[in-house]
Amino acid sequence: MFKTIAIVAGLGLALAATAEAQTPRKGGTIRMTAPYGSSFTSLDIHTTQRAQDEIYAKALHRSLYIWNSAEGKPVLELAKEDVVSGGGLVHTFKLRDDAYFHSGRKMTADDIIWSYNRIMDGSKAYPGARYVRVIEGAAAVEKGQAKEISGLKKIDDFTIEMKLTEKVDPGFYFFTALTSIYPADEAAKESFIQKPIGLGPFKFVEHVPGSRIVLERWDRFYKPGKPYADKIVVSVMGEAAARDVAFRNKEIDTSVLGPAQYVAYQSDADLKGTIVEVAEVFTRYMGMNPAVKPFSDKRVRQAINYAIDTDLIINKLVKGKAYRATSWLPLTSPAYDKAMKPYPFDPAKAKQLLTEAGYASGFEFEWTTSQNESWGLPIVSAVIPMLDKVGIKAKVKQVETAVLAEVVRTGDYQAFIYSQASGPDPQAALKCFHSATPQAACNYTTYKNPDFDKILDEAGQTDDMAKRIQLLQKANALLYEEAPVWFFNYNKAVMAVQPWLKGIQLNATELTHQNVEDLWVDETSPAK
Amino acid sequence: MLAFLIRRVLQTIPTVLAVVLLVFVLFSVVPGSIVSSMSDDSDPQVELRMKKQLGLDQPVYMRFGTYIAGLATGDFGTSFRTREPVTTMIAKRAWPTLQLIFASMAFAILLGVPLGFVAALRPGSLVDTVSMMLAVSGLSLAKFWLGLLLMYLFALKLGWLPSFGYGDGSLKYLILPAVTLGVSPMALLARTTRAAVLEIMTADFVRTARSKGMSETRVVKWHVMRNALVLILTTMGLQFGALMGQAVVVEKLFSWPGIGSLLVDSVLQRDIPAVQGSILVVVMFFLAINLLIDMLYGVIDPRIRYA
Repeated sequence: MFKTIAIVAGLGLALAATAEAQTPRKGGTIRMTAPYGSSFTSLDIHTTQRAQDEIYAKALHRSLYIWNSAEGKPVLELAKEDVVSGGGLVHTFKLRDDAYFHSGRKMTADDIIWSYNRIMDGSKAYPGARYVRVIEGAAAVEKGQAKEISGLKKIDDFTIEMKLTEKVDPGFYFFTALTSIYPADEAAKESFIQKPIGLGPFKFVEHVPGSRIVLERWDRFYKPGKPYADKIVVSVMGEAAARDVAFRNKEIDTSVLGPAQYVAYQSDADLKGTIVEVAEVFTRYMGMNPAVKPFSDKRVRQAINYAIDTDLIINKLVKGKAYRATSWLPLTSPAYDKAMKPYPFDPAKAKQLLTEAGYASGFEFEWTTSQNESWGLPIVSAVIPMLDKVGIKAKVKQVETAVLAEVVRTGDYQAFIYSQASGPDPQAALKCFHSATPQAACNYTTYKNPDFDKILDEAGQTDDMAKRIQLLQKANALLYEEAPVWFFNYNKAVMAVQPWLKGIQLNATELTHQNVEDLWVDETSPAK
Repeated sequence: MLAFLIRRVLQTIPTVLAVVLLVFVLFSVVPGSIVSSMSDDSDPQVELRMKKQLGLDQPVYMRFGTYIAGLATGDFGTSFRTREPVTTMIAKRAWPTLQLIFASMAFAILLGVPLGFVAALRPGSLVDTVSMMLAVSGLSLAKFWLGLLLMYLFALKLGWLPSFGYGDGSLKYLILPAVTLGVSPMALLARTTRAAVLEIMTADFVRTARSKGMSETRVVKWHVMRNALVLILTTMGLQFGALMGQAVVVEKLFSWPGIGSLLVDSVLQRDIPAVQGSILVVVMFFLAINLLIDMLYGVIDPRIRYA
């Protein structure tokens, strides 16, 4: 029911279609790149929420669910069956009895319970806690009021009962590597952090900090015949220009492209065919502080949306590597409303709204931004003259990305520009605008609207999926009207993939996160 | 000599303490913290408990005291992010960084010093002009850009070398990053050598040696070269230390697993113990190299005594 609308480049589709048409070849090495920094944070994937780390974790670990890019939704991975009872709150999972850790031991319900309890250790602030918190009694463990999550019960070695606090699809909560299942005995040892053990299709071989992680095929992986490749090397390559050279030199199989490279690859006959793109579930926007007087007026916020020529910025500055945002939910969201049109560029309308709001001569505000090329200073610099034309003056306050994350959570801003996950679960994404959601959680603009709350609550209660989608679309439309933010764009993730690497999945949650057991290299690969 | 050595080692202690204090204070006042970067939506109570666990709830002076006490026993603390001892993290990265720095300096010395000598021996000649043009270019080139150029030429166009990575640690992976890092000190050494040799060539003792009928080769070898070495050695020492800092860009560009890339990521993620440990190692390396250079002065020029 959660149908995904994947936006795919022509040759990206062709690549996927070709991969399906051919028989996967066994052997060879897949050479992926980790483009989001100079190193991996940790070999303990529970401790890190960086997209960079999940790239290797997709090979090493497994969670209860896995993201299925073709279906655009999470599907069961470590369980064969989920029986729902208790008014939609109790899930009884029949676990796989053929999943072996890389130590050779079979996974049981104890490992799942141990892993989720570990994630809820409040003194460690594991980022996956925000997902596990949906299990009844998990918050008590986090607060130190209980030792074990009361909502998790082992029925037998391969059956587990999970009682949730809300009627939600647990798939959206337990598919990322942040909730990976660890072997209860081995993971408690200190050596685990140096030589991690997981349930994934590849086992750990080597980590050269700041350079690469090497993994090799796990022969006892539970999916018959998979993985196809013998080895995976994930190289840390934070510099786009260096990745470009390495990709052209056929030293790597995948490379994430930035706006400038996107244009260059599109205009290069040899490279154009390597491009794969997908609309990711991230919305870029300017958040406005409602406690700051001009922004408390809806007309002012709408005026800002009218005053900015968003298409021009996307085409010229972001080089077309983004999709115009209409409201909050992105193109790949099942609740995205295709009929909805974005705010048009209309400075006259903006001026009129400002006059109606009592700001005919404009106003001044401080705009906090990072240096990010896609949703930071370059964008702010382009928007300032547009706002200036309707009388709004913006002063730039530049901070580091790490600082910006703190600024938005503490509310220490007048306005900010940011990129925020707006999926894959549309209900969770919209919940970030529910008045009960704290600012520190994800309601960064401290949005409060009883009508919005009511619609969202109703969506959460209904079992009728069609009705739920309809309600979520209604809530999304209300956000559009209320304009708590300037709706800028949805990220278009673009990756170059060598022609010999097959099976790439158009993962809307993060394109670099591939279910690597489905990837394979043909005989033309230099690392065959 | 031993007394000199002990005195110099003791003199480094205040320097190290000053650096530690500076870094500590700096990271206590800059905005952003490890706790907020760990999770998008941590419970405020959890944040408080985590701060307590990491000791971040204590006043700065107390944290500094604890840190200094740890340093005295060789404990650099535990990384906030990886939960590993910082010494372990640095140990994993030290050898690749040392490989890179020593290879870069070898390149700089083997090319820069002869180039400077040749240029100085024939001032105003074509060799001098070309050498100095190379030197000025080497000093002016941004390392990032130069590295990309070298990658493009030697990896992509000629296919002689890999464009990135550490591989098995062999020479072919080291060449491009080492040359990228070594070009700037090479250029500086060439210019310093040229200037030093030109100055010494006009000195009284050189003129005296020539007037005694000593051959030009012997004049250069015994009088000019030896005297120029003091200045060259000073430049080398300073460059050695500076390379530790400059390696950051090169390591990131070439995915070289050194201390530089550890430092960058640690700063961005506010992993204060890892930042302090990395900077401390860089500073100690700088001080050690300069101590070594000071000791070598006495070997080159016997007039220098270590009273």
